Amino acid sequence: MKYILLMSSTQSGVSGYHKWPQADRDAHMQVLGAIAKDLVDSGEFVATQGLVEPRQAKLVRGEKNGLPATDGVFPEAKEFLLGYWIVDVATAERAYAIAGRISAAPGPGGVPTNMPIEVRQFAERAGQ
Amino acid sequence: MKYMLMMNTMSAGAGVPPWPKADLQAHIAFMHSVNRDLREAGEWVFAEGLSFPDQARQVRAGRSGVPITDGVFPESKEFLAGFWIVDVDSAERAWAIAARISAAPGPGGAPLNMPIEVRPIMSGPPEEML
Amino acid sequence: MTAGWDAASERLLRELAPQVLGAVARRFRDFASAEDAVQEALLAAFRQWPSEGVPENPRGWLIRVASRRMTDMVRSEAARRERETLATPEEEPALEIEDEIEAEMDPEDTLILLFMCCHPALSASSAIALTLRAVGGLTTAEIANAWLVPEATMAQRISRAKQSIRASGIPLRAPTPQERGERLAAVLHVLYLVFSEGYASSMGAQLQRLDLAHEAIRLTRATRALLPEDGEVAGLLALMLLTDARRGARTGPDGELVPLDRQDRNLWDQAEIAEGTGLLTMALSKGAAGLYQLQAAIAAVHDEAPSAEETDWAQIQALYELLQRVAPSPMVTLNRAIAVAMVQGPARGLEELRALDADQRLRGHYRLDAVRGHLFEKLGDLGQAILHYRAAAAKTTSLPEQRYLMTQAARLCERAGAQEGMGSREQDFQSRLTEDSMSKLR
Repeated sequence: MKYILLMSSTQSGVSGYHKWPQADRDAHMQVLGAIAKDLVDSGEFVATQGLVEPRQAKLVRGEKNGLPATDGVFPEAKEFLLGYWIVDVATAERAYAIAGRISAAPGPGGVPTNMPIEVRQFAERAGQ
Repeated sequence: MKYMLMMNTMSAGAGVPPWPKADLQAHIAFMHSVNRDLREAGEWVFAEGLSFPDQARQVRAGRSGVPITDGVFPESKEFLAGFWIVDVDSAERAWAIAARISAAPGPGGAPLNMPIEVRPIMSGPPEEML
Repeated sequence: MTAGWDAASERLLRELAPQVLGAVARRFRDFASAEDAVQEALLAAFRQWPSEGVPENPRGWLIRVASRRMTDMVRSEAARRERETLATPEEEPALEIEDEIEAEMDPEDTLILLFMCCHPALSASSAIALTLRAVGGLTTAEIANAWLVPEATMAQRISRAKQSIRASGIPLRAPTPQERGERLAAVLHVLYLVFSEGYASSMGAQLQRLDLAHEAIRLTRATRALLPEDGEVAGLLALMLLTDARRGARTGPDGELVPLDRQDRNLWDQAEIAEGTGLLTMALSKGAAGLYQLQAAIAAVHDEAPSAEETDWAQIQALYELLQRVAPSPMVTLNRAIAVAMVQGPARGLEELRALDADQRLRGHYRLDAVRGHLFEKLGDLGQAILHYRAAAAKTTSLPEQRYLMTQAARLCERAGAQEGMGSREQDFQSRLTEDSMSKLR
């Protein structure tokens, strides 16, 4: 079963990350890299992507004449997707366990970030 | 360049929208045609619909290594309903695709005009220099 | 039948591919279908040759299989143009045709293919995909993997590129003398784009990906063999070699970016540098210095310096000034500003950058901030340097680049914190770089 693990934050949360000491950022990336490797080895890894910072997001709506209307202004408190992991696992519990591991990755001072990871299953496909 | 296009649910606690069946089918058919056209144009990289928010779980690291899972979210939270990854020649093209998705039909066949968030995805290589 | 399948056999297949395609396309007068047929013949070869051995006449084998496929397609097509060259007898005509096609082969065919696949009417991504398949002899799967898209998506791109060619009636012949300049420029641009993608992607440890930089070099060598007197082709090959020469030093042990001024020059490939500078000399001797020759010349100045400190920046500045006249672009201005800074000091370099603030093409582009960060650092204004490095980090879509820029910002923060004196910490300094300042850089 495929699950997507979503990591979100506000813009200021992202700016905060940019200010971590270099060593802490390296340690964080190292742990994420180890998780990715384990998932590849176990055959559960499907994909992972990061997105550019929320400040560059554009919200698009269709206009009446078909031309897109784009808007880049967002409320300060809005949460944005930072990135995701897609895993192919046997049970939901396994997906939660992977999410828990990502959440436990170290932040500033080596303390686990404990960031909330949203876990969603892909919709069932109807006759595709 | 690769972009992610994100569609959020239209209302909190959303499940299947209470539209007439024909309108639901038209909506689904529209999404199929978007994907078909993206594949035909050689722009499709990935696309998925997600299961409904009532099945969403939030996970945090637990102290003992057991993750803490719960299904309670703030009222105002937006949930991702589906997303596309497209590989296109310009941001404008990504926005045009998003505009089309935004105009997906809803009740009575009227365009929903949903806000679709568009952002580049991070890639391995640096951008072209000259 | 020879036994043994190895990298050399794969290379052979790739080299034969455009030759076979050129010949079959010309014979059947249908580039698009011939391209499909040759692709199928290649896949058949990949399947059969490793176990059955490479045929005595591998090119003839490919021609035969592709011709048979063409014949099948011709027969099953409902509405087609007249095929005066091919009757449709019931028995297999393949043998005769194969010999005839091989006899008709012309070295020019590959060049014609190259011009066709890089036609200016095609988008860059279409031209790249089609060129790599038709001229490069790569499979759709290999190209898709290199560009990190699904195979079906890449197949569609190639298919649509061929449809565009068909629809616009681009003929399968060499360009006229009037068209030639523009068409050759289009070819070189495509090859350059493939190289850039490869050059950049070698930074990650993505071993499964095709080595696009080397593919680009291979194709440019092949182009040079077909146009040995052309200065710009030589210039492009020189540029590629002089850039590729630094590959071994560009990435650190953890996959991080190592900028030019910090690379271990002992890791540079001297053979490539020698070949590149030799080609450059030849290219420049052909007359006017064009886009690729000038870029190659700049690369040569870097590559010939025994150390970063001994780099002849004055010459680089002069070359960028020439480049600005030949092919002006905001990136050229940016790079020139760096050279000016090295020659006349960072303050002068920063002055040069001000002209770019109004340039729409650079709006939201990370590099302007990245260069500013670098120059402010040289100037000693750590606060401004950190702000610009961070702004650049936020704008780039490249993970290694982002990491590099954040590392620079962090490094300077530590330095600034230390400079502030006793009791001052990196975080204190950082907190003074408020969101407010950051927002001014948007």
